[in-house]
Amino acid sequence: MTQRSAISFVAEQIALGEPRANSQPSECGPAGNSIGIALESVEKRFGSLVALRNISLKIRGGEFVALLGANGAGKTTLLRMAAQLMKPTTGNVALTGTTSKSEDVRRFVGFVGHSTFLYEEMSAEENLHLFAQLYGLSDAKARAAEALTACGLSSRAGSLVRTFSRGMRQRLAIARALLHDPRLLLLDEPAAGLDRQGLAWFGTTLERLRAEGCTIVMSTHARNESLDLATRAVSLAAGRIERDSSTEGNPTKMLAELRSAQGGEA
Amino acid sequence: MKGRIALVLIAAALMVFAGYAALYVAPDEKTMHAIQRIFYFHVPSAICSFVAFFVVFIANFAYLGTRQPKWDWLGVAGAEVGVVCSTIVLITGPIWAHPVWGIWWTWDARLTSTFVMWLLYTAYLLLRGFLDDPQRKAMFSAVFGIFAFLDVPLVYFSNRLWRTQHPQPVILGGSNSGLDPVMGKVLLISFVAVLCITAVLITDRYRLERLRSEFDELRFRAESREAERASKILHAAREARVE
Amino acid sequence: MTTSRAAAILLAKELRLEFRTRELLTTTVIFALVVVVLFSFAFEPTAAESRRYGPGLLWIAFLFAGSLMLNPSFAREQSNETLDALRMAPIAPFAILLGKMLANFVFLAVAEAILVPVFAVLYNVSFSGVAGRLILVLGLGTLGLVITGTVFSAISAHARMRELLLPLLLLPILTPLLIASVEATASLLAEQPELDRTWVAFLAGFDIVFLTASWLMCDYLLEE
Repeated sequence: MTQRSAISFVAEQIALGEPRANSQPSECGPAGNSIGIALESVEKRFGSLVALRNISLKIRGGEFVALLGANGAGKTTLLRMAAQLMKPTTGNVALTGTTSKSEDVRRFVGFVGHSTFLYEEMSAEENLHLFAQLYGLSDAKARAAEALTACGLSSRAGSLVRTFSRGMRQRLAIARALLHDPRLLLLDEPAAGLDRQGLAWFGTTLERLRAEGCTIVMSTHARNESLDLATRAVSLAAGRIERDSSTEGNPTKMLAELRSAQGGEA
Repeated sequence: MKGRIALVLIAAALMVFAGYAALYVAPDEKTMHAIQRIFYFHVPSAICSFVAFFVVFIANFAYLGTRQPKWDWLGVAGAEVGVVCSTIVLITGPIWAHPVWGIWWTWDARLTSTFVMWLLYTAYLLLRGFLDDPQRKAMFSAVFGIFAFLDVPLVYFSNRLWRTQHPQPVILGGSNSGLDPVMGKVLLISFVAVLCITAVLITDRYRLERLRSEFDELRFRAESREAERASKILHAAREARVE
Repeated sequence: MTTSRAAAILLAKELRLEFRTRELLTTTVIFALVVVVLFSFAFEPTAAESRRYGPGLLWIAFLFAGSLMLNPSFAREQSNETLDALRMAPIAPFAILLGKMLANFVFLAVAEAILVPVFAVLYNVSFSGVAGRLILVLGLGTLGLVITGTVFSAISAHARMRELLLPLLLLPILTPLLIASVEATASLLAEQPELDRTWVAFLAGFDIVFLTASWLMCDYLLEE
């Protein structure tokens, strides 16, 4: 049970008291719309380091794209740009297929990155509750509890994240990304650190999301069962697109080639 | 190139002329005598420091609007020159004050404001020193620069208000009292001279920053071309192995 | 979601985090107390001297304690890149800044609420009869400190030597605030206590100018 001061309690009541404009109760965001990503001649430089060179890529709604490439190829930069965390130096990154201009597109994007995006000094439940509120979910507390049960952490709901193992942290990080039923899921090596239980849960969750029409872009450089679900593979090298299964003659064959090549390198 | 040489020569000539005028042409001040002549460089330096800091403000604004590095270069050039001008004001002030009034320093509105302004833009330069990433350096120093410029009038007015409540001896009484017409002309000449020098310094410093940036760019391009060549060879080797 | 509601949610989060550990609050209060005590060695705290130097001393203690306390504000968000998580949420960037400003205001206000009575006792200064007006002056001054300080802590979080850099950036900017706050406080302690409207208006103006500037530039502050 968390301790709350009078001040923080009052602040929360003020926060909860205002009328909400929020999501419909559908499974995966507004019904019928799927989100795609369009990158046009994108270049990203950090000082003199060029992370992405002249990348043009169109990802259609509902695709499951496996993003492959060695370390430093630019996968993380690309994902962070799609997540609206950074803007390209030149070129354009746009999310296509969103419902209306007034709705904030970030509402439909979920991101799992290298960091966990969790507050160590807050409990698992508090962390999810905070993000549920920030994403405008109507029954924030209930949704947070549901998410905890789904990822198997409800027994540790009240424990501080500081006390969690790596596997538990990663599970919670993924749960945080899925909390608001995103239509676009961006995953940067999401399986890293997951224990066997976590991997199983993650696999079934991905299958479910795939079936619901969520657009998924996942970067991974280890052999991963989840890659079997991918409909497309794009590999990056030194900031450029090396191969794209959708442009090659036989996408299935290329996919298999890339996967086994990845498996060999891993 | 030619333009720059011409500007430097003009500035140098003006400075020599202004120096001569300040020392020989200007009439002797009746109470302070020779030491008063420092006024001909003290006041223009103060005005030029404001000009330089205004240039910094414009550059900061332009950088936030356009994100073009050239505005960042102009910002740092203006800030450095402005700090130099302020330093001159802060040094010539006490040099002037001591023989005349027997005190080195007084916390009157103008001197205090100059000191705080000096601190603000020194902080601007130090901030740049402590930020490593070039984009962040440009962005954050632009934000801080705007805050600093907004603060300058507040500093001046708060000091003015304060000093009307608790008066201190005012060293630079000169600009309010009537000025002898010859003195006025000499002041104008030295102001133009100092302004020219300020412009030359800012342009040169801007050029230096631009060259530094181009150098980094070229070096990086050379290095990355090497790296690409190496990776192509490696890739070809891998292909050969696969087949 | 409106900016104010998002800011309130984030304020609640900041308060919860701080009241759980209380490290920031305790160190701030102790540090300010140390400054107050040290000053007693600089002058003889007779009633007349206290009334003369007291306001200056009090505000210097708040400025120093405040500029040390503001650093963790954004530095704390770096450990698991939680700031990026906040930036990805569908809330206005200003809500993030505002939430932190409000939280810092609360922390500093708590420190001042402890310090002012202690100061009154140690230096035999009486604030009776001017308590309400004193709170107004303290509030406006602290607001200015917190507005500029939070912005600069966002900047210094990315810099080397951040503990030294923040006071270096902040204190020169705050000199007008210091003058105004000290003068306003001093006029409340005078023989005939009165609220100096000029200085109070100046403080309000300072706060408005920098709050507006922060609002206009917050996108640049938070972007990667």
